[in-house]
Amino acid sequence: MSSTFFTASPEWRWFIVAYFFLGGLAGGSYFLASLLDRFGTERDRPLVRLGYLVAFPIVCLCGLVLTVDLGRPERFWHMLVESQTWRPMLKTYSPMSSGAWVILLFSGCAFVSFAGIVAERGWPRWALLRHASPDARFGRLVSGAGAILGLYLAGYTGVLLSVTNRPVWADTTLLGLTFLTSAASTSAAFLILLGFWSGLSRERLHPLERFDRSALILEVLAIVALVASLGRIATVWLDGWGMLLAAMVLGGIALPLLLEWRGPAGRPAWIGPTLVLLGGLMLRMVIIFSSDRL
Amino acid sequence: MAEPMGFYTDTTVCIGCKACEVACKQWNQLPARNGGVGVLSGDSYDNTRALDGTHWRHVKFVEQFGADRQDGRWLMMSDVCKHCAHAGCLEVCPTGAIIRTEFDTVVIQSDTCNGCRDCIGACPFGVIGINPVSGTAQKCTLCYDRMKVGLEPACAKACPTKSINFGPIADLKQLARGRVGQLHEAGEGRAYLYGADETMLGGLNSFYLLVDKPEVYGLPPDPRLPSRNLKRSALWSTLGAVALTIMGVFHFRERGGRHV
Repeated sequence: MSSTFFTASPEWRWFIVAYFFLGGLAGGSYFLASLLDRFGTERDRPLVRLGYLVAFPIVCLCGLVLTVDLGRPERFWHMLVESQTWRPMLKTYSPMSSGAWVILLFSGCAFVSFAGIVAERGWPRWALLRHASPDARFGRLVSGAGAILGLYLAGYTGVLLSVTNRPVWADTTLLGLTFLTSAASTSAAFLILLGFWSGLSRERLHPLERFDRSALILEVLAIVALVASLGRIATVWLDGWGMLLAAMVLGGIALPLLLEWRGPAGRPAWIGPTLVLLGGLMLRMVIIFSSDRL
Repeated sequence: MAEPMGFYTDTTVCIGCKACEVACKQWNQLPARNGGVGVLSGDSYDNTRALDGTHWRHVKFVEQFGADRQDGRWLMMSDVCKHCAHAGCLEVCPTGAIIRTEFDTVVIQSDTCNGCRDCIGACPFGVIGINPVSGTAQKCTLCYDRMKVGLEPACAKACPTKSINFGPIADLKQLARGRVGQLHEAGEGRAYLYGADETMLGGLNSFYLLVDKPEVYGLPPDPRLPSRNLKRSALWSTLGAVALTIMGVFHFRERGGRHV
């Protein structure tokens, strides 16, 4: 038996599931917006704006959820500052410590881009905000840094789980990759859904749909590699959680890919992206809760 | 730095009286569970069941009986934080609440901990838990406050059979090796020390004399640091990030080329 089965559960539950999902959406949406901003065309601007606009509120929600989950929420700042010396608190080899800093820095980037996009609409008319726009030199710099931090935010949560001693989590090194690819697919699906709701034509959403297809394929490969890397330990999933994982792969990855392949005719456009989003949430539920009970 | 101090627990003389558990709870003023109303485990004479934030000492009862209960064996072990030389909890703690003391022991500072619970999952032995009163992670401090004034920890003081031995690590190792030799001579060839040498997390400052496999006592056979997975996990994630970036550039640029 793996030595990981002799440990105690940290009892990370729904707040952490929510954070892992939302963190992926915030980081992934910002990353996609930044990439579309640099390599897309003027026709992609509405999607770019959507990505920058949603990242900041979602990462604020992440901070809130994480704080509420603490045993002593009023001490959330101890993650960033040593409470007794007032020196910065950073352990580069602790994913939770580096993650806390990344959330802070990413929030800063997301706020600048959010403010820049809001100011493009003419309010508030502060001269300083002109520099925040992703079209301005400073805004572009922030957007590039934010894209890298966003990727970090989307993937470090899986690394954090692997850097424990818990069953399943610490028995593989592929959780970071799995969460990262899942964050990419769910973020693309999220922006596609928002695009539909804001009245963008199907054609304008094509680049994101193509990206989503590739991300879903990468995600299923990561999940297969994850299960293979667990070896005999994967047998713990011969239960309800394993069935949920199988349902996630079939309903949250295979079915949306099939729907994409068959084309848009005769079905509501929101079905595929919604399934991808539900799949991303289920993946995190399975990974967290299946270890919690062991 | 003062001399490294710790525990050597000889499980062969433990009688399961739980005096150590009581002494620990009294000295450290640990709250009762369930409002003080006793809850029976239902399948064991041990009703504490596990170490957690309010039980820093736990006497494990290993009750091995055949189906007809004609033949049976009791093993008892007073379990506690191992105060590892290379401690997983200390490694991951994001607030700096977990420190190594001048006695080479590992202590959680309750006024700094914010209850993130990363250390609970990182501990290879499952000894840490949340104390519901303080809302922080807690475990054995090896009675740091008593050691500071030259007293031995409450559990060792209370132990009536000298199963729990406290002292400088070097002295304890000598004592333990002598006891293993004595048991071997007496015919108990299965006796061995768990965690006394440096191959296990750099050495456990609380080590044990056992007479069966570690798993039988609920101890991991091969405890390791959580950071063993860090580099490889980070590498896979970085490769994934590069792949996603290339995919994004490819898909977004391709269209750009067609429509501009």
